[in-house]
Amino acid sequence: MIPTPDLSHLKASDYETVYEPAEDTFILLDALESDSDTLKQLRPRLCLEIGSGSGCVSTFLGSILGSSEALFLCTDINPHACSCSVATGLQNKIPLNLVNASLADPLLWRLQNAVDIIIFNPPYVPTVADEAWTAQADRGIGGAWAGGKDGMEITNVFLPHVSALLAPGGHFYLVAVTQNNIVAMQQRMKDIYGLESQVVLRRRAGGEHLSVIRFSKTLAVKTAVFHSNTSNNEVL
Amino acid sequence: MVRLITHNLLACHAKGCTSNNFPLQFKDVQIVVRESEFNPDFLRGFIPKIEWPALVSSSRELGDTSLSDQLPEMLDDAFLKTLHRVLFEIHVEEGVMICPNCSHHYPISNGIPNMASSVTLLIRGLPYLASSWLNMKLANDLKIS
Repeated sequence: MIPTPDLSHLKASDYETVYEPAEDTFILLDALESDSDTLKQLRPRLCLEIGSGSGCVSTFLGSILGSSEALFLCTDINPHACSCSVATGLQNKIPLNLVNASLADPLLWRLQNAVDIIIFNPPYVPTVADEAWTAQADRGIGGAWAGGKDGMEITNVFLPHVSALLAPGGHFYLVAVTQNNIVAMQQRMKDIYGLESQVVLRRRAGGEHLSVIRFSKTLAVKTAVFHSNTSNNEVL
Repeated sequence: MVRLITHNLLACHAKGCTSNNFPLQFKDVQIVVRESEFNPDFLRGFIPKIEWPALVSSSRELGDTSLSDQLPEMLDDAFLKTLHRVLFEIHVEEGVMICPNCSHHYPISNGIPNMASSVTLLIRGLPYLASSWLNMKLANDLKIS
């Protein structure tokens, strides 16, 4: 049993600007915990969380793997979330390395076929189409949940980069809800990028049907390296 | 905390800046040195992910000259301890990282590099904003007629 990270240093005022861990966070922790043996065997050296928010998930991953066994990189578009993530890491003695950035923007150039574990609990809530990107540009708490059309507008910008980022044998964990059209997403990731996937956990929480999907890159495959910023705009 | 291990993975991603955009150059830095746990196995496993010449030049920008131009063939404990110190224990708390190609400035504040741009995000969202605007206009036009 891996203890849930200590978040007692975060106050109500922090949660006005940073997403407070909720059911979608906890299902992700549970999925990681149930995979903990596999994850340890992988001997991951580089872990990347997109949108780390409070820092709860990467801290938990650090407790599974050991604080000095891997580099824990996190990005968040929200600067307050970056500070909270660092603080949560410190509180639990897991050093988290934060970059205030959108998705993996500043890392794409260097981290080709290099990341052993990627984690993304995206803004998955379906909203009116333009809300997702204005929320991202606001760099506040709305960016943690507003997902635009099908709740997929932000996720769809990141998915094309997953295969290139992952090291051979690496895993990508994604939180999703039914409205995100999970089966179609899995099919696209297989057809276009050759990533196999599996729903590793499903749970109903209030009105949401939550899933954690694990995408895996086979050991033999290296994805062709791309070096173009324009591909940031690719949408599946 | 911007440590050299993280800095070695960051490149400029300004629009159109796709060559000579790494490593970012440090300027006006404030440095704090903090001890951290030494893990030789981790270092051996991580070395293939490091761009060595960039690490050497960046560490020298921060005033540390302990790394040699070439990665040594023998990864003995003395070398790994030096490498550990350079990668993990030098923290850049304040300063700027500058792209060698387009001179874009990425500020570091309280140990966190700011590499996000609201403008980029809005541009990325433009297709969605445009389509939702068109839908609104269409709905309006239909109402009027």
